[in-house]
Amino acid sequence: MAKELLKGNEAIAEAAIRAGCQAYFGYPITPQTELLEHMAKRMPELGRAFVQAESEVAAINMCYGAACTGVRVMTSSSSPGVSLMQEGLSYIAGSEVPVVLVDVMRGGPGLGNIAPSQSDYNQIVKFGGHGDFKMIVLAPATVQEAIDLTAEAFDLAEKHRHIAVVLLDGNIGQMMEPAELPPMRPLPTAIPDWALSGNDGGPRNVITSIHLQPEELERFNQKLQAKIERIRAEEVRYREYMLDGAELIVVAYGTAGRVAQSAVKMAQQQGIPVGLLRPISLFPFPEDRISQLADEARGFLVVEMSAGQMLDDVRLAVAGQAPVRFYGRMGGMVPLPEEILAEIVKLDQATAQSSAYHMKEQAQRTESR
Amino acid sequence: MIVEDTLNVPQHEELAEELVYRRPATLTSLHTHYCPGCTHGVAHRLIAEVLEELGLQNKTIGVAPVGCAVFAYNYFNCDFAEAAHGRAPAMATGIKRVLPDRVVFTYQGDGDLAAIGTAEIIHAAARGENITVIFINNAIYGMTGGQMAPTTLPGMKTTSTPAGRDVELTGFPIRMAELLARLDGTSYAVRRSLHNPAEIRKAKKAIRAAFETQLQGRGFSIVELLSACPVNWNMKPIEALKWIETNMLPAFPTGDYKVLN
Repeated sequence: MAKELLKGNEAIAEAAIRAGCQAYFGYPITPQTELLEHMAKRMPELGRAFVQAESEVAAINMCYGAACTGVRVMTSSSSPGVSLMQEGLSYIAGSEVPVVLVDVMRGGPGLGNIAPSQSDYNQIVKFGGHGDFKMIVLAPATVQEAIDLTAEAFDLAEKHRHIAVVLLDGNIGQMMEPAELPPMRPLPTAIPDWALSGNDGGPRNVITSIHLQPEELERFNQKLQAKIERIRAEEVRYREYMLDGAELIVVAYGTAGRVAQSAVKMAQQQGIPVGLLRPISLFPFPEDRISQLADEARGFLVVEMSAGQMLDDVRLAVAGQAPVRFYGRMGGMVPLPEEILAEIVKLDQATAQSSAYHMKEQAQRTESR
Repeated sequence: MIVEDTLNVPQHEELAEELVYRRPATLTSLHTHYCPGCTHGVAHRLIAEVLEELGLQNKTIGVAPVGCAVFAYNYFNCDFAEAAHGRAPAMATGIKRVLPDRVVFTYQGDGDLAAIGTAEIIHAAARGENITVIFINNAIYGMTGGQMAPTTLPGMKTTSTPAGRDVELTGFPIRMAELLARLDGTSYAVRRSLHNPAEIRKAKKAIRAAFETQLQGRGFSIVELLSACPVNWNMKPIEALKWIETNMLPAFPTGDYKVLN
C-alpha cells in the first residue's frame, strides 16, 4: 500500500477497523471527534457495531459489555471525557476483558481548552480508576506511529486481557501527514472460551468484578499484579535518537518528543553531546534503559506539555544518579525547538559547572577498573 | 462462585403423583441470599420460568445490577455479566449490538435504574435498544441498608429520611414505567406487582410479553415490579405485602403504559 495524506484521528479509526475492531462506542469531544465520525461512516458499512452514546460513562460501559463477548472493541475520547470513563476502566480491569481506549489529550483542568496537551499522563498512566492496576499505554509521535500503535494496542489488549490506551495529544490527532495504512485483517471466526455467547453448547460464563471475600479478592489482585508484572517485563517500547556518546539526555514523548528531536539536532550542531530517549510505552515505562543511561549521563532534561507528570517516572528511574531538570508548557502551548535548545544549553552549563562531582565519579570508575 | 447445577427431575413413571412443580432448568440449585419475605426470589423465578418456556436458556445473556441482586448471576443458569451501578443498560447495549440474535436482559433495582442509572435507562429506551429490562421497585435502597430511593414515597421513613421523606427537601418519587413509555423507542412498558398470587401471575405474563417483544425485534421493553423489602421497611413479610397494596399501588398504579403490537 502506498502512503496517503492522513489526518491522525481518521487514521487511528481506520487502523482500528483494519485491526479487526468490531464494535465502537463513543461520544463527541474535541479534539477527538473526527475519529468518532470516521467510525460512524465506516462501521455500519462493514456491518459492525457503532453507537454514539449519551455520555462517556455510557460509552465505556457499552465497551465493557461488548468486550465481554470476546470481540475487539474500542472507544475514544479526550481528557474531560476520559475522566468520566475512569469508573468503567476500573470495572474492565477488574473483569479482565480487553478494551482499547484512545485519548486525544487537550488542555485542562476543568473544561480547559481544545488545544494539544499532555496533562493526562497521570490520569492514564497512574490511574484508570479505583483499585490496584495499571493500563498498557502507548504514545505515538507521528500519524504513522499512531496507526501502528493502534493495531498493536488491540493485539496487546487481547494478549493480556487488559486495557490498552493509545495516548496522544490533540496535535497528532488533528495533524495531516503522509502515512501508510495496513491491509484489512480478517475477523476471527472463533470467540475466546471465557466470552459471553448465550451459553450455546458449552458451560455458562459469568463476567464480574466482585469478590466479596477478602481472601478471594486478594487472590484476584495477586493474579492481576502478576499480569501487570508480565506486561512490565514484555512490553517496553521506546526510540533513541543520537544517544551514542551523549552526556546529556532529553526524555520526552509524543509531540514534545518530536519537537525535542529537532532541539537535540540543533544542540548537536553546536557541539553539545546530547541525545533523546522517547518513551513509546508509558506503561510499562522504559525505566531500565533510563537507569542505565543515568549511570553515565551528566544530566537529564524532561520536556512535557504539562507541569511535569512523566517527570516523576524519570526521577524514579534516574534514582538520584544524575540531576534531572524539567521544561514544560501548559494550557495547550507547544514548546518550540529553540525553547528546548535553550534548556539543553542551560543543562550543559549547569552540569559542566558541577562536573567536579561527575569527573570525580568518572575517575573513581576508571580506578576501579 | 458459580455452583454447577445438576437438575434431578425424578422419572415420571416412578411417581405415584403427577409432577406439578419443579425448579426451572434456567435457575441454579443455589439457595439465594435474599432476606425472608423479599420478593426478588419470586421475580427471579418468574423470569426463569419464562426463559425456559420460550426455550431461551442457551441464547440468553443477563446483566446484573449493583444492589441486592448483584449476585443474580449465581441463581440464573445462563451467561451473565455484572455491571457497574446503574450502567446495566449500557452494558446490555454493548452485548446486544455485537450479538443481535441473542436475548439480552437487565435486572435492576430502583436506586440502580432510577437514580444513578437514569441517563443509561432513558437513552437505551430512546434508542429503541432491543433489550428487556426487569425493574424491581421496592421504594428503598436495600443493599446499603434502607436509604431513600428515587421511588421512596412522600412521608416514608428511611435511614436517610428519618423524619419521613419531605418532598419540599427531597422531591418526589419517579414513575419510571410511565416515563419510559413516553419515549418513541419503547415498545413495551408496564407495571405489575408481586404482592399476591393473582398479581404474580399477571407479572409473569408481562415478563413473557416483554421477552417476546425482544424476540420479535420490536425494541425496548420494561416490566416494573412492585416488590417488598420487609427488612428495610421494618415490617413482617405479610405486612410488607399488604403495604405494597395499600401504599405503593396508589402511588405506582399497575397497568400497561405502552404495549405496541
